[in-house]
Amino acid sequence: MRLEYPANVRIVRVPCTGKVDVMLMLRAFQKGADGVYCVGCLEGTCHYNAGNLRCRERVEHVQSMLDEMGMEKERVRMYNLSSGEGPTFAAYAKEMTAYIKEVGPSPLGTAQNKDE
Amino acid sequence: MIVGKRKPFEEIKDLIGPYKKVLNVGCGTCVAVCLVGGEKEVDVLSAEIDMARRLSKEPIDIDSITVERQCDREYLEVLDDKVEGYDALLTMACGAGVQFLAERFPETPVLPMVDTTFIGVNQGVGWYEERCRSCSSCVLGVTGGVCPVTMCAKSLYNGPCGGTNHGKCEISDDQDCAWHMIYERLEKQGRLDGIIAFTPAREHENQVPRTTIQPGYKKPESEQ
Repeated sequence: MRLEYPANVRIVRVPCTGKVDVMLMLRAFQKGADGVYCVGCLEGTCHYNAGNLRCRERVEHVQSMLDEMGMEKERVRMYNLSSGEGPTFAAYAKEMTAYIKEVGPSPLGTAQNKDE
Repeated sequence: MIVGKRKPFEEIKDLIGPYKKVLNVGCGTCVAVCLVGGEKEVDVLSAEIDMARRLSKEPIDIDSITVERQCDREYLEVLDDKVEGYDALLTMACGAGVQFLAERFPETPVLPMVDTTFIGVNQGVGWYEERCRSCSSCVLGVTGGVCPVTMCAKSLYNGPCGGTNHGKCEISDDQDCAWHMIYERLEKQGRLDGIIAFTPAREHENQVPRTTIQPGYKKPESEQ
């Protein structure tokens, strides 16, 4: 398909979004990521029944934590698509990148203790 | 198991206040099982505190460690050579663990990160319900295994009161009447005649911290 999507997206592959833990998302922010988004299968189609639903709950948990900390909670998001939807994957990457460009880089800095 | 709930983050931030180097100590027993203060939760809280402090331009040096149990001396021992140099210790244990930790390191401020809520059961992942108030005088044997102290809004030993309402409690339709449940349970077991027996009220006043020494054990002489 040779689709293009923004080069600033770094992919972390997991067997199922159910594997994505709260700590994995927090660690990304701690290490300077401007945003984190999870792309899971369509709801209702999880091979493990509830992996993507669990991920959504965890994403929402991290959103509330970001809110508590004083960061834009939309910096972490959950998207769903089927494995056949390449163009949608690229569209989500563009959408997320556009949002991040709009709110600016993470206030935590691009690297740990960058300000020091 | 003892169930806890993490304190609101605002309160946690206020508690940590001016400290610049802290050690977050988790507990691997009850609070780990109820998903509030085990190794994973310690990591999550430490990350949250670290990021919040960096955002407010007051970076904090935070380390994490989880001990098997904070209510046991032998497990606290591992902290002896680790706490030096920290401005404060954060603990995610229950109230007993917090106090035992504070007792062991009286020179260092010990700050609780968890509100201890009750002794309860696991109804599902992350879902807990209170079942025991540790009143020291268990009547479950005569109440069909339903605790009137915990389940009755008035903790009546000899109930029900006039507020029982077709199996519900007068305080809310969501709350079952403990004594109605006790009646039904005993009826099912054919033990209804026992419900008449009078249980003297427990003396709740003048309570002091309780101590239990199990049969076959005694306090070491040095403590007597």
